[in-house]
Amino acid sequence: MSADGHGHHKETFITKYIFSEDHKMISKQYLITGLLMGIIGIAMSILFRMQIAWPEQSFAIFEVLLGKWAPDGVMDPNVYLALVTIHGTIMVFFVLTAGLSGTFSNLLIPLQIGARDMASGFLNMVSYWLFFLSSIIMVFSLFVEAGPAAAGWTIYPPLSALPQAMPGSGMGMTLWLVSMAIFIASSLLGSLNYVVTVINLRTKGMSMTRMPLTIWAFFVTAIIGIVSFPVLLSAALLLIMDRGFGTSFYLSDIFIKGEVLHNQGGSPVLFEHLFWFLGHPEVYIVLLPALGITSEIIATNSRKPIFGYRAMVGSIIAIAFLSTIVWGHHMFVSGMNPFLGSVFTFTTLLIAIPSAVKSFNYITTLWKGNLQFNPGMLFSIGLVSTFITGGLTGIILGDSTLDINVHDTYFVVAHFHLVMGISALYGLFAGVYHWFPKMYGRMMNKNLGYVHFWVTAIGAYGVFFPMHFVGMAGLPRRYYTYTNFPYFDDLADTNVLITVFAIITAAAQLVFLYNFISSIFYGKKATQNPWKSNTLEWTTPVEHVHGNWPGELPTVYRWAYDYSKTNADGEYVIAGQDYAPQVVPLQENEEELHH
Amino acid sequence: MTIFLILLVVALLGITFWQLSKILELSQGSADNSQVANDKDNSMQGKLMLAFVGFLYFLTVWCFVKYDSYFLPEAASEHGTDYDRLMMISVVLIMFVQIITQGLLHFFAYKYRGKKENKATFFADSNLLEIIWTAIPIVTLAALIIYGLYTWVDIMSIDDDEDALVVELYAYQFDWRARYAGADNELGKANVRFIEGVNILGVDASDNYAQDDIIVNELHLPVGKKVIFKMRSQDVLHSAYMPFFRAQMNVVPGMITEFSYTPTKTTEEMRTSEFMVEKVETINTIRKAKSKDLLAKGEEALEPYEFDYYLLCNKICGASHFNMQMKIIVESEEDYNNWIAEQKTFRQVVSK
Repeated sequence: MSADGHGHHKETFITKYIFSEDHKMISKQYLITGLLMGIIGIAMSILFRMQIAWPEQSFAIFEVLLGKWAPDGVMDPNVYLALVTIHGTIMVFFVLTAGLSGTFSNLLIPLQIGARDMASGFLNMVSYWLFFLSSIIMVFSLFVEAGPAAAGWTIYPPLSALPQAMPGSGMGMTLWLVSMAIFIASSLLGSLNYVVTVINLRTKGMSMTRMPLTIWAFFVTAIIGIVSFPVLLSAALLLIMDRGFGTSFYLSDIFIKGEVLHNQGGSPVLFEHLFWFLGHPEVYIVLLPALGITSEIIATNSRKPIFGYRAMVGSIIAIAFLSTIVWGHHMFVSGMNPFLGSVFTFTTLLIAIPSAVKSFNYITTLWKGNLQFNPGMLFSIGLVSTFITGGLTGIILGDSTLDINVHDTYFVVAHFHLVMGISALYGLFAGVYHWFPKMYGRMMNKNLGYVHFWVTAIGAYGVFFPMHFVGMAGLPRRYYTYTNFPYFDDLADTNVLITVFAIITAAAQLVFLYNFISSIFYGKKATQNPWKSNTLEWTTPVEHVHGNWPGELPTVYRWAYDYSKTNADGEYVIAGQDYAPQVVPLQENEEELHH
Repeated sequence: MTIFLILLVVALLGITFWQLSKILELSQGSADNSQVANDKDNSMQGKLMLAFVGFLYFLTVWCFVKYDSYFLPEAASEHGTDYDRLMMISVVLIMFVQIITQGLLHFFAYKYRGKKENKATFFADSNLLEIIWTAIPIVTLAALIIYGLYTWVDIMSIDDDEDALVVELYAYQFDWRARYAGADNELGKANVRFIEGVNILGVDASDNYAQDDIIVNELHLPVGKKVIFKMRSQDVLHSAYMPFFRAQMNVVPGMITEFSYTPTKTTEEMRTSEFMVEKVETINTIRKAKSKDLLAKGEEALEPYEFDYYLLCNKICGASHFNMQMKIIVESEEDYNNWIAEQKTFRQVVSK
């Protein structure tokens, strides 16, 4: 669809719902695919948590779901590793990258900058369908004879390179790599589109410094994606070469299954560098959109401007920049030169500074606000809470010295689940509750939203807070069972506790699913601007039109955060309402804030 | 049949949630059906926010009290003491920040819960505040970074020329071996291409230094003597994790990685420490209870547990990753010398 908005061709079912080039439809496609993948990913986590909590027991459900991989209901160790691997892959890439960023970048970039659509609707459509294809391949890989990839979501070679090393490194690994290569292509097409759209298609008056923080976050995220995803693609290609074509990029001096391999001169550490050159920015690719969404929702629902807009933008850019030079903190004990460890400790702890600034700014935004606790707001506050808790433990893990003893223990698992997993999921939920009226023209049920939030909030802390402590007690991650270490026997009840909380938390997501699906069809019809928000998307009609605005594109006169702004007389600048949408010109006696 | 049951469960869940939403709506008793939070919701959710931070504080205290005895005991290596101090400082610092920020976040959420007649304060910016909360983390982190790096350099500088014991740690799917350098304190050359028969570590039999090397599957270390580990992997990545010594290093095929520490507590000393006595007692109570169940089912009872240091694999390496461990025994120099004198050298093993 070109940007003029007048070319209404006849839409068939296929062009409207399947091969749609309309960003609003594509965003819904991303969301629903992401949610479906999320169901798979979360279900897997419940299965392996059950295995950790009750290692000697057999479960009928294992046999039903895993078939021959769980004979008599007892899970096979390889399957345990496969579940952990695919859970990580699906949650990080398919749910929190594509499901979160794909959904809201697509929905909000054109709507909030005042564009008819993305710069290239066609590329956008291709991007979604590549993502869909990669999802299908990833799901398909679960059904191959020897099982899916099982070398951990970080797929370190040689384990992932040698089919002799584990069953999952055969066909399952090949499909994983193919799926990820297609995923990366999809992500790059999407990101390029986002960047071009933000730079070129902003409406009249929408200067960069008037953009909502959501757009800033999506824009910067897209740039990090463009910089770092190709590196993972090359890492994957080299791994494919090592696996299939006898090269030795990552392999050297290996004796396996009674046989010496010919490979010489490669190093797995090279792969670790390449992987984490994406892998670490990936954390922020996941997190920044969630923080952008939160900024917007907290400001709107506090009826206050976001505190320190310029500092927030600066922090986003600083985090993005620093995120590309900290990857080595995943490798303090990888065998790389300890001097590099010092450098990466330094850059890593620097990231704490913009992160702290963001957290303080969120807290200050709440201060003296008039908080409206819509479900989106609850999840946004929840995000700030888990972001702080998870971020703080990063100070321990980012310190090369302290990392020595907690590396690859449950301490790490607790840390990254809180800071990027739960936080980003909260961002996703917040976004869905907040923009559901824009996507589907109906409201989600707020009471079910409240139930969903509180059970999830308690459950998530119940899972991940005690997990720090078992990690500090030295419990290693990715262990099928701990029964071979009597030293850990007294931690068994904590593992049960964590699993019980995990099951409760997962069950709470069913409430969300029900709310989501039933609201699409039976939700209360939304008004045009239910949250009394300033941003442009709420000036479009509730019923979607191709090209977003039926008439002219709106003109922007102010930034997005004029909530509760008063004039010299102490009255709201627009009489009778505590918000001043971006399309409203400056009133008499009103000054624009530092722009 | 299964499909029918699943559909039934889904349908029942759907009805449950529908009823739940109806009940919640009725319990509010108002005609407001806008699905936008009203004053009543704000008041309720604000209070819940305050309750939630109470829950967080409770959880924190509960965890610190409950897990106090589960933490690793006092370090059994020289640098471990520095490690523990740095850890303690960091934990205190982050808990301090955690308690204050979570308190403020949730308290503000409670205090400023919306009311129709209230007005929010338009407060968009303050350079002073931004400078303050940029500067505080900078100063604190600078201190932490400097202290951390000082310790890091200390731990990671490994001088070969010292009078240290050199031990090779050898990892393969799914076990460990240790190779002692023998009388010459110099490890013989090795490569996976030499692996054959009993020579499972691929030691180069033509190398003179290799002849007196000693290969064992149990790590013995003399207390108070610095030991330098040279690590080698035969197949995939492994990681030598020795939590009690605050030591960990990946074992990488194709290269030799190193880690070094000085053990300070013998196995016996650790066993008789107050912490360990208590811990082992707890574990054995648990094991006894479990054994009772096992016996009732006609299975074998669990052995009572006695503490030993261990080294475990901490990098995913395949199906039996979870059981790739080696016992470590720290003993007096004299016991160590007696033990090593009893071991067969490489030459003795291959010439058999």
